[in-house]
Amino acid sequence: MKFDTPAGANPTDRMQVLGKPLDRYEARLKTTGTATYAYEYKDVAPNAAYGYILGAAIAKGRITAIDTTLTEAAPGVIGVVTYRNAGKPGVGKFYVQKMLAAPEVDHYHQPVAVVVAETFEQARAASALIRVDYARTDGRYDLAAQKGSAPVPPQGEFGGPNEKRVGDFEPAFAAAAVKVDETYTVPDQAHAMMEPHATIAKWDGERVTCWTSIQQMNWGTRDLGLILGIPKANVRLISPFIGGGFGGKGTVQMDLALAAISARVVGRPVKIALQRPIMFNTTIHRPKTIQRVMLGAGRDGRLTAIGHESWSGNLPGGRTEPTVASTRTFYAGPNRLTRMRLATLDLAEGNAMRAPGEAPGLMALEIAMDELAEKLGMDPVQLRVVNDTQVDPEDPSKPFSTRPFIQCLREGAEQFGWDRRNAKPGQVREGRWLIGMGMAGAIRAGKIAKSGARARLDGKGIITIEADMTDIGTGSYTVVQQTAAEMMGVAPDSIVVKLGDSTFPETPGSGGQQGAPSVTAGVYAACVKLREAVAQRLGFNSAEVDFSDGRVKSGNRSVPLADAAKGGDLLVEDVMEFDKLKDQFQQQTFGAHFAEVAVDAYTGVVRVRRALAVCAAGRILNAKTARSQVIGGITMGIGAALMEEMAIDQRFGFFVNHDLAGYEVPVHADVPHLDAFFIDEVDPTISPVKAKGVGELGLTGVAPAIANAIYNATGVRVREYPITLDKHLEGLPAIA
Amino acid sequence: MRLFTYERAKTPAEAARAVAGQPGAKFLAGGTNLIDLMKLEIETPTHLVDVQDLKLDRIEQTGEGGLKIGALVSNTALASDARVRRDYGVLARAIVAGASGQLRNKATTAGNLLQRTRCPYFYDTNMPCNKRKPGSGCAAIAGYSRQLAVIGASDQCIATHPGDMAVALRVLDATVETVNAAGEPRAIPIADFHRLPGATPHIDTNLAPGELITAVTLPRPLGGRHVYEKVRDRASYAFALVSVAAVIQWDGTGRVAFGGVAHKPWRIEAAEAAMPQGAAAVTTSLFADAKPTHDNAFKVPLATRTLAAVIAEGNAA
Repeated sequence: MKFDTPAGANPTDRMQVLGKPLDRYEARLKTTGTATYAYEYKDVAPNAAYGYILGAAIAKGRITAIDTTLTEAAPGVIGVVTYRNAGKPGVGKFYVQKMLAAPEVDHYHQPVAVVVAETFEQARAASALIRVDYARTDGRYDLAAQKGSAPVPPQGEFGGPNEKRVGDFEPAFAAAAVKVDETYTVPDQAHAMMEPHATIAKWDGERVTCWTSIQQMNWGTRDLGLILGIPKANVRLISPFIGGGFGGKGTVQMDLALAAISARVVGRPVKIALQRPIMFNTTIHRPKTIQRVMLGAGRDGRLTAIGHESWSGNLPGGRTEPTVASTRTFYAGPNRLTRMRLATLDLAEGNAMRAPGEAPGLMALEIAMDELAEKLGMDPVQLRVVNDTQVDPEDPSKPFSTRPFIQCLREGAEQFGWDRRNAKPGQVREGRWLIGMGMAGAIRAGKIAKSGARARLDGKGIITIEADMTDIGTGSYTVVQQTAAEMMGVAPDSIVVKLGDSTFPETPGSGGQQGAPSVTAGVYAACVKLREAVAQRLGFNSAEVDFSDGRVKSGNRSVPLADAAKGGDLLVEDVMEFDKLKDQFQQQTFGAHFAEVAVDAYTGVVRVRRALAVCAAGRILNAKTARSQVIGGITMGIGAALMEEMAIDQRFGFFVNHDLAGYEVPVHADVPHLDAFFIDEVDPTISPVKAKGVGELGLTGVAPAIANAIYNATGVRVREYPITLDKHLEGLPAIA
Repeated sequence: MRLFTYERAKTPAEAARAVAGQPGAKFLAGGTNLIDLMKLEIETPTHLVDVQDLKLDRIEQTGEGGLKIGALVSNTALASDARVRRDYGVLARAIVAGASGQLRNKATTAGNLLQRTRCPYFYDTNMPCNKRKPGSGCAAIAGYSRQLAVIGASDQCIATHPGDMAVALRVLDATVETVNAAGEPRAIPIADFHRLPGATPHIDTNLAPGELITAVTLPRPLGGRHVYEKVRDRASYAFALVSVAAVIQWDGTGRVAFGGVAHKPWRIEAAEAAMPQGAAAVTTSLFADAKPTHDNAFKVPLATRTLAAVIAEGNAA
């Protein structure tokens, strides 16, 4: 099915099942510990051996010698895989990292060897017996030091051009009545998902099957095929449950590549879970950015000049962190400059983490807007209202498909009690606590991509949906179930959902918050086809048929749906493809985030007291899972604002705090009452289901709202995340 | 993890003999720190002597009106004991400020005193660390040192004692009771229990090889207001940047010890005379010899400000 004109009325508009706060489809499995995760499979490969990765002890240089004699003689050891016997692993299409030091070492903890043994303990113990000699060379680990020589790179596959101009920025900025010109930094951040990357790999001749934890099956099969040098068709990935990903499991990481390579070398299935420190220094992460934001406005608050320049670093060939993406579309303003520069760094690869670009970009832009509001003497909500635009500010011929941003701002302000905020910072005190309120706007691309699904109706009236979509804790199973139930007019318990197998019809998977809109559009297409097949089998004229209450009705005739499969199951498959609408409309999701913080006037400790998000993302497919996505995003935003930073040792070139003790993410005590509400809207330009994603929107804008609240509490502006107490301690009230 | 042998001792003296008699042997109690370190090969004992059967898990009144806490009393049991909560509030508060509920259920009183530093370079076996590998150097001094010591450190080591409980014990003037392989008891004042790193940062305490902690004794209750204030970036499950254990009397006099700043709980009794004059008067002498790094210089003013908050809350109450 091709989607090329805005959607009209269709069965998803009934909203009898869609939109409802249905419990998760797999809730029972997860709450009883019976959902099987990649490393836990026992029966699929009972003879699987355990792989343990030895990471490089240096950040840059080369291996001059490896002695594995002691390791090979150690109890239980089956084999040792290094660059010498691994073949020549290729590189996938999305990540540039190399899976093995071969023998050049590109970054700290890059895998040097995999020890394969009968037990995990044997593999781990034996890995410590490998003797590796390195020739260490100087590396580049400091973005600030490389900033001056970082070029504007050529355009990559994602994120648009690295430099873009509209109007004439420099003179407009110079002439602006009110200006902000500040530099902000967002540090390297880790996905720090709960489940580590893990894989069991099993070969059958030239074909490999991997039980793994991966967000995007289509990229995974492609990239593993490239890495192993085998056709994509010879790769099967199975990943029904994923314990968090946040982009860190987008496609093939070391567990998957090295389990498959090791299994090929030792001739036995191999299972590998990445050790936590290996995850921090070896898998992808959100790279540090230094961002200069220049805003010029008239006294009325209208922006006349918007400039956003950003620096990030990466391994050679790696991508730019597209921080300026949101600045290009968020606010009106005739003169615009956005530019991204990319340095080469010898740290682990920087790549996608939840809302890549927008999340760190808005961490800078939305503080700058707060600073501008203060200079103007204008309410920060009102500043955003006066700079709203209903057309793409870079291309006014392109309207936003929907943009209820002002509604998000106003409803958020109302619900939060924004009018109680004292605009003058440092004024509100409760005992030892300084109290502040802050807000920020949020914008995140509402993407959608080609997505397939298969639907089978059996004689009991059960409809089984299959797609290679994944569920990383987001609720994919549930929204697929609801879409199919709505389309077929049956109760949700008549729907069986099977996801996470690359042999199922292709979807874009979980990433870029396009999973839910895409897969539900594919399910829509498959269900339209199934309805036609049912109608035909039952002898109805399909144009006049109604599917509801588990029955198929037309005129006076009403037949149980299950009857259509009496003569054998009905099986259909379709793909939803998208055409020119995404070029005709600027399709985005919006939000307004509000936060109240308390800052200890003595110690500078910051605690978030409450936070609220009002979001607009088209049709909300499940009120509960969507809300959970957003409050989960706020939680992650609390981490970004207050504590998350991978600290770099500039001498040794690595992330020092490489475990969950050193890299702090919020715990329960950090997370107060959170609320999330959605604007009641549909986006008919996105798909027949009219829904956009919410998962990344929920994070975008949270950290700057908290940063602005901290400033409102203390009067000390911190422009370097995370906002830890040492950064504003000196500016706090003097103690008695 | 390296291979090791294992036994369960029946009496304290037997346990002490077993460890003293075999180089590379270690006691195992709750294992919440040791087992983690063994997995990473930071600790590589050849033999473990499990002390869980030693029946050292009771809290008893002493003849002097204090409490004797068995070495194997869990952190949870200690923090929830009614006598501790009533008379030694600073101790109960310090314990519940640390770790997590699950860890406190398993961790013991003696084990808590013996927990090793959380310096990130100690934890990464690719890095030089004099505490882990004597003579290899200290990566932390010129490295990432935000969490690390500002006072009492040496050019060999700037690690901190990571615990909370010991800071409270220090302010309470607790005594560590031990027994050696010969069955001889010894009482070590808490002030002398942990060491400064000096030239031997691999030695955390003044326990002799094989010397086993059997109990921690608290003197008579001090009265006063008991406070444990722990400052950290994350609201729970994080080690202190700075912590303050204080017992403040109603006339403004009191005792104070700091955690998160040194290789041992940091207390100088002479400085406490200035308590009635306010926090800065105390910390000026307490931290007179501070030598912070660029990363952790904030800890010195933070210590003053944290103590000021503790004092101010008392005045307000």
